Amino acid sequence: MSVDSRFLMLPETGNRMRFTLDDKPVTAPVGVTLAAALLAHSGDWTRQTAQGTSRTAFCMMGVCFDCLVEVDGTPNTQACMTPLREGMIVRRQVGLPALKGGQNG
Amino acid sequence: MADVDLIIIGAGPAGMSAAAVAARDGIRVLILDEQPQPGGQIYRNVAQNRGNRSWLGQSYAAGACLVDALKHPGITIQSGATVWRLDKGPFVTWSRGGISQTTSAAHVLLATGAQERPVPFPGWTLPGVMPAGAAQILMKTAGLLPKNAVLAGSGPLLYLIAAQMIDAGSAPQALVETQTPRQMLRALSHLPRAMFGAPTLLKGLTLIAKIRAAGVPRYTAASDFRASAEANGDIGFRFRVKGRDRSLTCGLLLTHQGVIPGTHITRAAGIPHQWNAAQGAFQPEHDLWGATDQPSLHVAGDSSGIGGADAAAAAGELAALNILCQTGHHSTETRDQRAARARAALFRARAIRPFLDTAYPPPAEILTPSDDTIVCRCEEVSAGAIRHAIREGAQGHRQIKTSLRCGMGPCQGRMCDATLRGLLSAEATTNRAISPPRARTPIKPIALGELAALSPLQEETT
Repeated sequence: MSVDSRFLMLPETGNRMRFTLDDKPVTAPVGVTLAAALLAHSGDWTRQTAQGTSRTAFCMMGVCFDCLVEVDGTPNTQACMTPLREGMIVRRQVGLPALKGGQNG
Repeated sequence: MADVDLIIIGAGPAGMSAAAVAARDGIRVLILDEQPQPGGQIYRNVAQNRGNRSWLGQSYAAGACLVDALKHPGITIQSGATVWRLDKGPFVTWSRGGISQTTSAAHVLLATGAQERPVPFPGWTLPGVMPAGAAQILMKTAGLLPKNAVLAGSGPLLYLIAAQMIDAGSAPQALVETQTPRQMLRALSHLPRAMFGAPTLLKGLTLIAKIRAAGVPRYTAASDFRASAEANGDIGFRFRVKGRDRSLTCGLLLTHQGVIPGTHITRAAGIPHQWNAAQGAFQPEHDLWGATDQPSLHVAGDSSGIGGADAAAAAGELAALNILCQTGHHSTETRDQRAARARAALFRARAIRPFLDTAYPPPAEILTPSDDTIVCRCEEVSAGAIRHAIREGAQGHRQIKTSLRCGMGPCQGRMCDATLRGLLSAEATTNRAISPPRARTPIKPIALGELAALSPLQEETT
């Protein structure tokens, strides 16, 4: 399912930056946070909880931690506190990460 | 000797005004602020928006002068800096760009501001439901305008955001307000005092007039909020007005029920907190200068009790003058003399609060939500599970946390503590006061590697 962005982007903005979201190319205006870029791109979820429910950026000020995504390989990054950078590799997080190593591999 | 004379945590109106006063009168100030630019949430991005986005309004634009006043050789500002530990000394440990360090200071001013009060109801975790203030941050920082939005809840910020959306060309679909005529009637007794803040009242009336002129429908005394996701991602918003079920379909449901002080750092520092019944929130105990029971720790602005931006700026000035007095830069006479203007400003700014607090109180249904409502967003704990735990004998925040993990997720209770207190209070069988939940270091999550990279020397000093 793809959900249109729930926001209108004002035409005042200038240059755009490129990043990837789950391997697909996306662009967003220079100078915004990653969370703003994600919300401008789509109205869909950016994280699924341990119980499998959908979430996306919520408080926009670093308080609620619902905007956690994987950025350049680092999981649990607060998208609302992360300035967007050119070429960022962003992945949505689904459920709890599996543990690596140990008896069960 | 300490690294700096004064560390200010938070670059909102309180922190910015304190920094300017302190530096002007000769002490070295380090400001640590979590956001990319100074301004706090109320003046978020204000310097970058100069001459732009005029629909944000004049009182927002006026905040730029507080940012300008930070350009002083005595002030160093570290933006993007998250404070996660405060020790006796005082020593402040903060993280920036994945590296932590500890800085010592003679005095620390805690001016960490407020957060929006969580507004839990069934469906509030869905993508498409968001705090109204969060949407306003997107308007200020990214030029993103809520599309086909419903504003729901109560309080002056809803009117301001509605007016800003109208001026920007994306009027809200409707305002669904929870305050009742009875609450407004009760608030009228505070109106004479509120007249000291007449310009603020007048501004509120202007905003409401603008909403009416734009033809935005308003529902009041609304209750029984419930949101669900439609197949196309839209939000189906159901509520009751005058005994009738209503429903609206929107792209965004923006909720608001006022703001509450952010108190993690003051609680972690061991400063006593008291319950402010009128505002329905805990706040750190402090005197008229923002001094606390710990001689080197001071508080100012909304994190010490909600007063709004003008009150915060005045309180920041008072705290700075008091610190200058303690560092020997001012006599008490000079301090008292210079404080007169800020005292008057603080009185005027606070005069309107009792009226606002009474007219726009958070409704019972968000303080004690229905059993099927998620209260703890991180650990997905429902109000029903919490009620069950309380009836089974869990007393206070800590026992609920132990039995349900409520408040143990990454937000550290920021999104559930207020609701948990509401439930504890409603289910209480005795009159015992509910203590504020404990907050512990690190007050914001931090990677273990970053913790390990702190040098042993710094660890020993703590």
